[in-house]
Amino acid sequence: MSDMSQNASNLREGMMASMSKQQIGRVLAKQGILIAFAVFMIAFAIASPKFLSVDNVFSVVRSSAIIGVMALGVTFVVISGNLDLSVGSMMSFSTIVVLDLHDKLGPALAIPAMFAMTLCLGAFIGFLVGYLRLNSLIVTLGMLSAIHGLTLTYSGGQNMDIADKEGTWFSVFGQGTALGIPVPILIFLILAALLGMVLAKTPFGRKVYAVGGNGTAATFSGIPRARTVFYCYLISATCVATAGLIQASRSLGSQNTVGQGLELEVLAAVILGGASLLGGSGTVFKTVIGVLILGFIQNGLLLMGLQFYVQFVVTWIIIILAVWLDIAAKRGKLWSPIA
Amino acid sequence: MTDVKPVLRLEDIVKTFPGVRALDGVSFSVLPGEVHALMGENGAGKSTLMKVLGGIYQPDGGAIFMGDQQVVMAGPLEAKAKGVMFIHQELSLAAELSVAENIYLGELPRKSFGRVDWAKLTEQTDAILKKLNVSFDAKTRVGDLSIANQQMVEIARALTVDAKAVIFDEPTASLTDAEKVVLFDVIADLKRDGVGIIYISHRMEEIFKITDRISVLRDGQYQGTVNTADSTEESITQMMIGRKLDLSRNASHHELGDVALEVRGLSCGKLYQDVNFEVRRGEVVGFYGLVGAGRTEIAETLFGLREPSEGQILLDGQEVRIHSPADAISRGISLVPEDRKGQGLVLGMNCRDNMTLPQVDDLKAGPFVAEGAEVAIFDQYRDRLDIRTPGWRAQAGNLSGGNQQKIVIGKWLSMHPNLLIVDEPTRGIDVGSKSEIHKLLRELAAQGYAVMVISSEMPEVLHVSDRIIAMYSGRVMRTFNSEEVTEDSLIKAISGLSDDKAA
Repeated sequence: MSDMSQNASNLREGMMASMSKQQIGRVLAKQGILIAFAVFMIAFAIASPKFLSVDNVFSVVRSSAIIGVMALGVTFVVISGNLDLSVGSMMSFSTIVVLDLHDKLGPALAIPAMFAMTLCLGAFIGFLVGYLRLNSLIVTLGMLSAIHGLTLTYSGGQNMDIADKEGTWFSVFGQGTALGIPVPILIFLILAALLGMVLAKTPFGRKVYAVGGNGTAATFSGIPRARTVFYCYLISATCVATAGLIQASRSLGSQNTVGQGLELEVLAAVILGGASLLGGSGTVFKTVIGVLILGFIQNGLLLMGLQFYVQFVVTWIIIILAVWLDIAAKRGKLWSPIA
Repeated sequence: MTDVKPVLRLEDIVKTFPGVRALDGVSFSVLPGEVHALMGENGAGKSTLMKVLGGIYQPDGGAIFMGDQQVVMAGPLEAKAKGVMFIHQELSLAAELSVAENIYLGELPRKSFGRVDWAKLTEQTDAILKKLNVSFDAKTRVGDLSIANQQMVEIARALTVDAKAVIFDEPTASLTDAEKVVLFDVIADLKRDGVGIIYISHRMEEIFKITDRISVLRDGQYQGTVNTADSTEESITQMMIGRKLDLSRNASHHELGDVALEVRGLSCGKLYQDVNFEVRRGEVVGFYGLVGAGRTEIAETLFGLREPSEGQILLDGQEVRIHSPADAISRGISLVPEDRKGQGLVLGMNCRDNMTLPQVDDLKAGPFVAEGAEVAIFDQYRDRLDIRTPGWRAQAGNLSGGNQQKIVIGKWLSMHPNLLIVDEPTRGIDVGSKSEIHKLLRELAAQGYAVMVISSEMPEVLHVSDRIIAMYSGRVMRTFNSEEVTEDSLIKAISGLSDDKAA
């Protein structure tokens, strides 16, 4: 009898220990992305003194702004349970169109015209995925190619340049500063704050989570599933147009392929932020962190003297690691034979 | 008894999940040649315990013994290697493969160069199938088998290894009576071979028919083990829920109000035809019939999920056309759907957000959701329905079936509906929550709600309904008042048998 109670108390102690281990695991799973961010920053800062200099930090955030702005929109699409692989080529389209119209209509008309055209593309995708319920991977992968073709048709295959690069106020979006902060960073942060509130605080944001978490249950709760997905693609297209505007304004001239491949970096940032590809989870704030991690890692690699193109491989490795850690956190093990 | 060594012994098993202690010191043992029932309400910890036993979860404390040896079930394969086999409630077979391939999946007999030895495979499989006395052979495609026969394939799989303990998890859930007899014969055979059997079921008559001892769990805690011969249904139920159950009939004694819903000649293609009925405020109308009789489809039509091909729907005397769930909701119709996890809840969302989902557009402070108002609604219905959750932040998916169902019911009650439709209100939930939900439905009627209850369980329909509409194959066969209904006439009506009293 006394043996048994001894046994029981041992068990209870063991349980306490494992519970605190569980709690640590829970904190890791929940805050893992912030912890990883801190670890990366410290490691790179030790490896390269230049890494955390104000100049470098600004330059990283500025160059991340374009990816970041697009990632904000894709966050909505991913939480709604869909994908958007068309953002890279859609951004090329926006950039080319706004540069072309700049000289034809003037910047004041070129910008709204470009937004309208980009939104039409987003609406088309939203219609196919939301209302016709077509698979978003197929639709947006197809649109990646189709929009690239559209861009080339529009430009006739030529690079697009603004004639008078000195005399236009158009350069403010990509090159200007306000309050000492580069405008692209400001746009990114303001848009992030705005969309973050939309997602976290408004009825629409709640519907996005519901539709992505369980579309059938959302329908049974009277939520317009198709319209919600449609709006997510409109938001994504708006963000892409904004990114195109920053890109065009920064370079004032562009190739047709300026956004090529960016869809993967955008997706990497969103997944790094912890949005599940199954839908229903993720936040704008986490996506911003994901964008910064990606930016600082790529920058850190450059500072360490690695070739630029190494980052393509590294981006892929980061995606794989992020997805792996995501499911590992969910099931509490790095590997498990069952889901 | 004392000189027989148990084949399997669990000692003080503990398993915790975030916010929940799923198993709290569970101990019992299974003797060779014994059928040991494991009972408890949903959420009592039976499934968790089986997952611990099957190596899917690792316990946080306690030990598993097989014979004299303590064992650690590191994973499903190890559990199988140690002779612990599972017959799952949800079948895990590959529909496109043959019976033989399913039975020997992962262990197909081989010839040289890794080629499958089909002749040997078929021979081995047929030998096992012969023991089970089934009507199909080794080469049958599993997808072509009935659910009952698929279950036989699972059992055959358990027989291929030298099983020491076999666990049956709700094996009769989808079996006909004839198929049950075959299953019980198989269990008797296993018993004769000295295999220890754990039998999980909610069905009392089976438990008393085939088991030797019964162990009961409640809220993750072990309540004790009793000899089946010394127990009654009542004593077991009391162990499971800690109190007694009331299943008397329950007609209204209050005045009925106006007609809230009238359906005239409603048809929807082949799903149901020419359906007529009305529901008054203050009454519960039960819809009873077999699966596929068209009851759920009528509910879905009323909720705007299906377009009727013919007929009229009148709400408060006004003819309406309902085009979408949002449309139905705005007209005061609420539907608690039959599939709680698939249709009722966003499992990854917290309890509060689930509950207020249909009215999220109406709960606004400026452009934002008024979260304070949401919490107030959640608190109100948590108290009213006695929902047990660590708080509104808990994910709906982490709650037990009964509490999940209460969230769904709270979600629709908080809309203050003119017509509440409840489809299979207590499917797959524990006895305690079940009686609470029954009581609630009666209370709602007394408060003047118009309630439609669709159920496949006769005691439930009899218990909660003022009137019962019996359906068969898409048609209303007969409407019963609660005073005149008998179980016999109800069964006749839903089986399509003629009844001279039919209207």
